[in-house]
Amino acid sequence: MEQPVLHVSDLSVGFSVRSHVTDVVHGVSFDLHKGETLCVVGESGSGKSVTARALMRICRPGRITGGQILLNGPEGTVDITALDDNDEAMRAIRGDRIGMVFQEPMSSLSPVHTIGAQITETILLHRNMTDAAARAEAIESLRRVQIPDPETAIDKYSFEFSGGMRQRAMIAMALACQPEILIADEPTTALDVTTQAEILRLLKRLQAELGMAVIFITHDMGVVAEIADRVAVMYHGRLVELGPARQVFHDPQAAYTRHLIGASSRFSIARDHDRGGTLPPAAPKPLLEVRELDLTFRKTTGFIRRRTKEFHALKQVSFTLHEGENLGIVGESGSGKTTLVRALVGLLNADAGSAMYRSKDGRSFDLLEPGALRGAGLNREIRMVFQDPFSSLNPRMTVEQIIAEPLILEGRLPRREIRDKAAYLLNRVGLPQAMLTRYPHAFSGGQRQRISIARSLAVDPRLIIADEATSALDGSIRSQILDLLFDLQTELGLSYIFVGHDLGVVRYFCDRIAVMHKGELVEIDRAARICQQPTRDYTRNLIAAVPGTDPDHRRLIAAE
Amino acid sequence: MLQFIANRILTMIGMTLMLSFVCFFIIQLPPGDVISAYAAELAAAGDSSGGQMEEMLRERYGLNQPFVVQYLKWLRNLLVGDLGYSFNLSKPVSEIIESRIGISLLVEMLAITVLWAIAVPIGIYSAVRRYSVGDMFATVFGFIGLAVPNFLLALLIMYLVYVFTGTAVEGLFSAEYANARWSLGRILDFLSHVWIPVVVIATGGAAPIIRVLRANLLDELNKPYVVTARAKGMKESRLIMRYPVRVAMIPLVATVGWVLPTIISSSIVTAIVLNLPTLSPILLRSLLSQDMHLAGALILFMGILTLVGTLVSDLLLAWIDPRIRTGMAT
Amino acid sequence: MSRDQDMTRTDTADFEFAPPAPVAVSGTETQAQLIWRAFRRHKLAMVSLVVLGLLYFVALFAEVLAPNDPHEVNARYTYAPPQEFRLFDRDEDGGWAFRPHVLGYKVEVDQVALRRSFVPDPDKKIYIHLFPRTHETRMWGLFTIDRHLIGVDGRREVLFLMGSDRLGRDLLSRLIYGARITLSIGLAGIVISLLMGVIIGGVSGYYGGLVDNVIQRIIEFIRSIPPIPLWMGFAAALPRDWSALQNYFAITLILSLIGWTELARVVRSRFLSLKSEDYVSAARLDGAGDFRIIWRHMLPAFTSHIIATATLAIPGMILAETALSFLGLGLQSPVISWGVLLQEAQNLRALADAPWLLFPGAFIVVTILAMNFLGDGLRDAADPYGDTQ
Repeated sequence: MEQPVLHVSDLSVGFSVRSHVTDVVHGVSFDLHKGETLCVVGESGSGKSVTARALMRICRPGRITGGQILLNGPEGTVDITALDDNDEAMRAIRGDRIGMVFQEPMSSLSPVHTIGAQITETILLHRNMTDAAARAEAIESLRRVQIPDPETAIDKYSFEFSGGMRQRAMIAMALACQPEILIADEPTTALDVTTQAEILRLLKRLQAELGMAVIFITHDMGVVAEIADRVAVMYHGRLVELGPARQVFHDPQAAYTRHLIGASSRFSIARDHDRGGTLPPAAPKPLLEVRELDLTFRKTTGFIRRRTKEFHALKQVSFTLHEGENLGIVGESGSGKTTLVRALVGLLNADAGSAMYRSKDGRSFDLLEPGALRGAGLNREIRMVFQDPFSSLNPRMTVEQIIAEPLILEGRLPRREIRDKAAYLLNRVGLPQAMLTRYPHAFSGGQRQRISIARSLAVDPRLIIADEATSALDGSIRSQILDLLFDLQTELGLSYIFVGHDLGVVRYFCDRIAVMHKGELVEIDRAARICQQPTRDYTRNLIAAVPGTDPDHRRLIAAE
Repeated sequence: MLQFIANRILTMIGMTLMLSFVCFFIIQLPPGDVISAYAAELAAAGDSSGGQMEEMLRERYGLNQPFVVQYLKWLRNLLVGDLGYSFNLSKPVSEIIESRIGISLLVEMLAITVLWAIAVPIGIYSAVRRYSVGDMFATVFGFIGLAVPNFLLALLIMYLVYVFTGTAVEGLFSAEYANARWSLGRILDFLSHVWIPVVVIATGGAAPIIRVLRANLLDELNKPYVVTARAKGMKESRLIMRYPVRVAMIPLVATVGWVLPTIISSSIVTAIVLNLPTLSPILLRSLLSQDMHLAGALILFMGILTLVGTLVSDLLLAWIDPRIRTGMAT
Repeated sequence: MSRDQDMTRTDTADFEFAPPAPVAVSGTETQAQLIWRAFRRHKLAMVSLVVLGLLYFVALFAEVLAPNDPHEVNARYTYAPPQEFRLFDRDEDGGWAFRPHVLGYKVEVDQVALRRSFVPDPDKKIYIHLFPRTHETRMWGLFTIDRHLIGVDGRREVLFLMGSDRLGRDLLSRLIYGARITLSIGLAGIVISLLMGVIIGGVSGYYGGLVDNVIQRIIEFIRSIPPIPLWMGFAAALPRDWSALQNYFAITLILSLIGWTELARVVRSRFLSLKSEDYVSAARLDGAGDFRIIWRHMLPAFTSHIIATATLAIPGMILAETALSFLGLGLQSPVISWGVLLQEAQNLRALADAPWLLFPGAFIVVTILAMNFLGDGLRDAADPYGDTQ
């Protein structure tokens, strides 16, 4: 067999905590061959990023505490572990033989230097050439990553680019010296799904073109299924599984790998199962009927010369929601989905349109009228669960106080009963009653989201609006929360409006899906229909961009 | 960019107007007015023309009119260069300011230059070599600058120089050069005096700048773009100067805006303690004798000086921050 | 520290592959407990807290602690240096006994310069007693006391532990009384600034729009003008015939007039950032009214920040008062403040003769340093959740 370009054996990385060193990566070994893609997958904190940085010796303040990293090339073998962090020899490898791309293109590029300056710099560091030649080379590398009009783009700053373009520039920089190895550390995590698909395709094409080996770090099994030749699964600093992609997906050995695959395949949009078949019989009158909702953000700047910047966030949005139904709202970031639900609960003021809500006693209210929710006591019927479980709970209140807040404000129950009800609710969402006296900082993300749900159940709700309620959670916890929401629906007869950007999750949870794009609701239909026969190009692109779950059936990258 | 500059200049004009109003308010604040005091003085000296004179002066300065009218009149006079008359020094205010403005600006600029020349390298050093001996020294120096009032520091240095050399250093020139023309000797004499105010002002003013720069740089040192630069294979020392330092300088330039008023303030007190031939001791004397026209003009003048300094720093900011230069932010 | 590290994970339902729980906080600590715990770790701040506690204690009980009447003029002892202080004395049988005393003065006249100078006289031991009956003082203006913490017997002896000034007044006693004025002016100034800052900043942050814009411009204006000349201008305009008390309040007011801006800025920015916190939105959706949202959900989140900012603003007040008084525009003798005391040291000749006149300066420096350390400690501990930024 051919000699691997990179040979890692028994690598350990540690961080000094006060006086002793704690290892966060324990004895990791793998080989990397020319032209292959090795995906390193694991949940946050599994040590995958630290491992990648150790390969380039940029893992400060951590340091390598054991093992060996050998870089093989035409001129022989270099032992990276034997070099010093800032050795001349190590610096010669960084950027030239190993390139790296990071997660956040915005913060990974300098805000005060042009893209060109940053790329040319890499070239000049490693190649002996004139400034003009380096600039020409930089333009070439921008062209390679398909940045339009590279001659002009080279003099732009990173903040003048969109997220996808920034990441392309970042890749151009990493590949400026045509390295043998590219390390990509979650390069698509911060991007929208359609942009992610473009970047993945681009990486694959460049890899073939330049014949480089790629180490791709991600937490998303879908992405792994799309691009990996081989997969390394990391869990708590250890490599629990390493093997060819097909084998890992079809015959996982480690329990943790099985768990990861199970959690992701559950949300595959290619699955036939969905709730569409059991759509509840439509009541004569819908629960909520939104008509031509319009909302514009205005920002006034300047004191002497006032000028108003306008952003038309919602354009003529109309939809209906029936009782007992789950409506999903999907779209990329900035499409207006969160704005829409915030307008519905009165956190934002709509400019025009109506949202007629039929309350429990059969009366109709327009939610868009200022103060409608509180005035008619509808805030007891319509509840919201927020995206970020860390900022949606007041850190200065105990769990009991948080859950009881709506009950206290309602003022119907005596103190003692409120306490009992809070305890009951906490149990209902799967947390022990003993936790009532704790503060939110003592809970994990999933537990906090459960507390949020308990708060929304405190006063008999009929409609729960979940704004990206599971987006901040890891895969397995996400399905637990979704199951909880299903259970509550059956028990309490709830309806949900579920906002999300992950089509798989939305399809799994919702009966119908509304697709939003640039403030417009472009399409709304049964979940299965939207996913299988989208009628609008935008929806089609959105669905085509969702990664698959099986390396045998790649959806984005044509299999060789 | 142009819009940013226009915006800043307009803001400055607005601020100057507000300042002039405040200054006029201060002028009007003491009970009674200069004229009656002056008239009383004349009367005490046995001058019988006091009454008529008083009436005439009142008419001339419009003292019988409502506040706003007086203000507008005063403002109009300002614009044509008539800053009023100092009754105590028996000179037009503009003449007094003119005679001392040069040396005032010189000392101020010298102090600010030295201050930045000290603060910036120390700030960079103590962030990059965090918790080193040098950093500790910088921190101690910073706290001294923070906690020792300027006048106290000036007194201390004066006292120590007196104890060790036996000479009382006051002012900016020895007697023989005080009214001489500029010559090499006078420059040397000036330098042998001016270091005290410069050190005093710089010590007080450098502390917050070091703190801000250190904190900014520590923040920036952990930013992902620094790792990116490291991944390129750049030398650590060059990398730090080229990326995080460059970025950390931007908020620092913006800091000038709020540091400058404090620096000017402290230089005023220092100049008074050291009895420099600048405008500051005159401000104190005019205030103590309630010679309000002179005092008001001086306060206005010092305020405008600060506003101009802030404007310059804003323009500098626009120049070094591409986000403003390209019009992405205002 | 990342959020994931400091939480107890007891819910196994969420963590099929849960790691062993890290050393955990119990999760039931209140905000105050968390702040206190974080604050305690800040050693300098703890020391500063003790130092400031002592200083304010001295200021509060100045009448008892000051050995002499601060206004008593003693023409025989102008510019007398600090006396030599000894704890032990030889008693009759030759052994050492604990008898604190100071050495009296011997006057020597320099024949050339014709100047009197005081030198310690080893034969003149003046014993110090606890709570002797000496001069009469009105305590807090309420009742008369004639015993003080320390003092010497007999009318003829003097006790100048820190020397005396131009008029032969005891510097130590003046310092102690001065602490009351200087330290209280800092506090009073900050209380007024705080009121102005919280109200104006709160209004600005809550209403936004034009009100906010106008207030922001005013704050920007005040902050871009050098404060000292403005203070000087206002202070100089105070009527000369005002009483000491009127003067005191006027000066406090003048200082606050400029000092409130920083507090208003902090209040406003906290207000704005909190207004958009999800948990505040959640409270609104729970049906909480404006008052409850501000009182129950927002105020607890910024009281600690406001206390920290206020602490950091007190030094500015104290420095401003001392500077103004030093220049002769602030408090006027016979009122005693540290700034007024330093005015005595303004003249280089006086300073050369009596360098101990700089003692008040040392106290100012210690106070300012302690306030800064305390404020830093409070600021670092103010947000134990790291829920902003």
